[in-house]
Amino acid sequence: MHEQLRKMQEVILTIKQNEKLAEGIFRMVLEGDVSAVTAPGQFVNIKLPGRYLRRPISVCDCEKGNGTGNLTLIYKILGEGTAEMSAMEPGTELSILTGLGNGFDVSKAGSTPVLIGGGIGIPPLYWLAKELIKIRLAAGMNAEDAAGEITVVLGFNSSSEIFYEKEFKELGCRVIVATADGSYGIKGYVTTPFLQEKQAADLRLKYSYYYTCGPLPMLKAVHKTMDIPGELSLEERMGCGFGACMGCSIKVRGGYKRVCKDGPVFSSGELIWED
Amino acid sequence: MDRLKVKLCGIELDNPVIPASGTFGYGREFAELYDINILGTFSFKGTTKDPRFGNPTPRIAETSSGMLNAVGLQNPGVDKVISEELPALARIFHKPVMANVSGFSVEDYVYTCEKLDKEPHVGWLEVNISCPNVHGGGMSFGTDPKAAAEVTAAVKKVTTKPVIVKLTPNVTDIAAMAKACEDAGADGISLINTLLGMRIDIKTRRPLLANTTGGLSGPAIFPVALRCVWQAAKAVDIPVVGMGGVSSARDVLEMMMAGAAAVEVGAANLTDPFACKKIIEALPEEMDRLGIDRLEDIIGAAL
Repeated sequence: MHEQLRKMQEVILTIKQNEKLAEGIFRMVLEGDVSAVTAPGQFVNIKLPGRYLRRPISVCDCEKGNGTGNLTLIYKILGEGTAEMSAMEPGTELSILTGLGNGFDVSKAGSTPVLIGGGIGIPPLYWLAKELIKIRLAAGMNAEDAAGEITVVLGFNSSSEIFYEKEFKELGCRVIVATADGSYGIKGYVTTPFLQEKQAADLRLKYSYYYTCGPLPMLKAVHKTMDIPGELSLEERMGCGFGACMGCSIKVRGGYKRVCKDGPVFSSGELIWED
Repeated sequence: MDRLKVKLCGIELDNPVIPASGTFGYGREFAELYDINILGTFSFKGTTKDPRFGNPTPRIAETSSGMLNAVGLQNPGVDKVISEELPALARIFHKPVMANVSGFSVEDYVYTCEKLDKEPHVGWLEVNISCPNVHGGGMSFGTDPKAAAEVTAAVKKVTTKPVIVKLTPNVTDIAAMAKACEDAGADGISLINTLLGMRIDIKTRRPLLANTTGGLSGPAIFPVALRCVWQAAKAVDIPVVGMGGVSSARDVLEMMMAGAAAVEVGAANLTDPFACKKIIEALPEEMDRLGIDRLEDIIGAAL
């Protein structure tokens, strides 16, 4: 997608904060040289003490200062490694590969983009929303529309797992929450609001472009539901995270691509959906 | 830095450190990070006659001190390697490169080796008869001394470049395998490829890898690799390239003492992309500490 000059770096970052956000969901803020992190949708690969392979985690936010900056990561406890990560104290230093992956193409957003996130796929959309707003403000849009005409749809299994609804609202975006069990917001999936809207109006008139990240079945459903082009951020088990091992290859139109190096963001037109 | 120099099948290496096939692609990703000309050489991604996508994902699983992979020899095929990868490689790597070749029949190996033989950039052919992640061919040639000898002899007929046969540890008598290759004309052997392993997701009760089994690599296999290298080096007179879990300059020295003329570094490149650079830089200091003047002096010191 976003083919710019990007270079991976190995850096040591220091944990500033590490806190629980929702059931099984944690946020870690790290401080240090984050200069290689250049686009929303990129990820970092973290070395945990005693674990052989690094943990790839998408960038939720990146604030750059003079030579140093803050990197925000939101992660889910999925195994022993992430469980150990959740117990790490501020002050702990971690070896991290930064600047991995292509990132979303913000130039494609159009006037009324929609950001669709499911569970732990939500975090990269936060920095994306911030970047889109920044670009729209710089282009002279008034503050209300710059954020308010960006729709954010967040999907969770249940109300206990909800995070970042407030943060997206604070940015000024139009936020819709869906829960699978109906315990909060719309009962259903991230596609449910669109299916409802589809009956009322043409989706194409309402939204210019979509950006989505979440579990594969959700991405498939989003791709099937949306009649507009968009970008999907994929997840795959990785070996290296920088394109060397071919551990995360997927078939795309016209060949294969590595989720870590050529992705993780792919355009809706290049993906092949196998049933 | 002459003290790091070694010879591999008649070709001089500035140092014995060689990124192993499948962990270094065709060099491009690493050339973005450091000048890969500091390496002794590197063994490029296993190349086959036809393009291969490889196995379904997940292809990777973590283990204690290591990892499993079941990539399944994904590569663009020898024609595209020659037309696209080698010209790109020539721009970033200026030393003879080791061409890693795999196949599913003797004819496959011969076809691919014959084509790569004509490439001036290729210094050695590393004939992989030990991939555990493909069905038919691959490792089956590396578990039968007769089949290993047959592939070796057939490949030797179509190339003038040194042929290094890469062996699997998944055999009961590694010395017999090494000897069979030597007798069939191999110029060297390299070992070990990965050990066959598997993991199960205890929540879903299904294998973690889509391919069910995969090859184990990383520090977990170092002692097994060292033992295999030692046994093979005792059995043959041709150079032995040692690999398997090598992660540090000390591991390189240990491998060389077990009989390795050069040392390949695999999985370490994936967890630390600068692993080989760090190892090369750490070697002189480790040698000083241990009173080693020249690396060549310690090859086979423990035999």
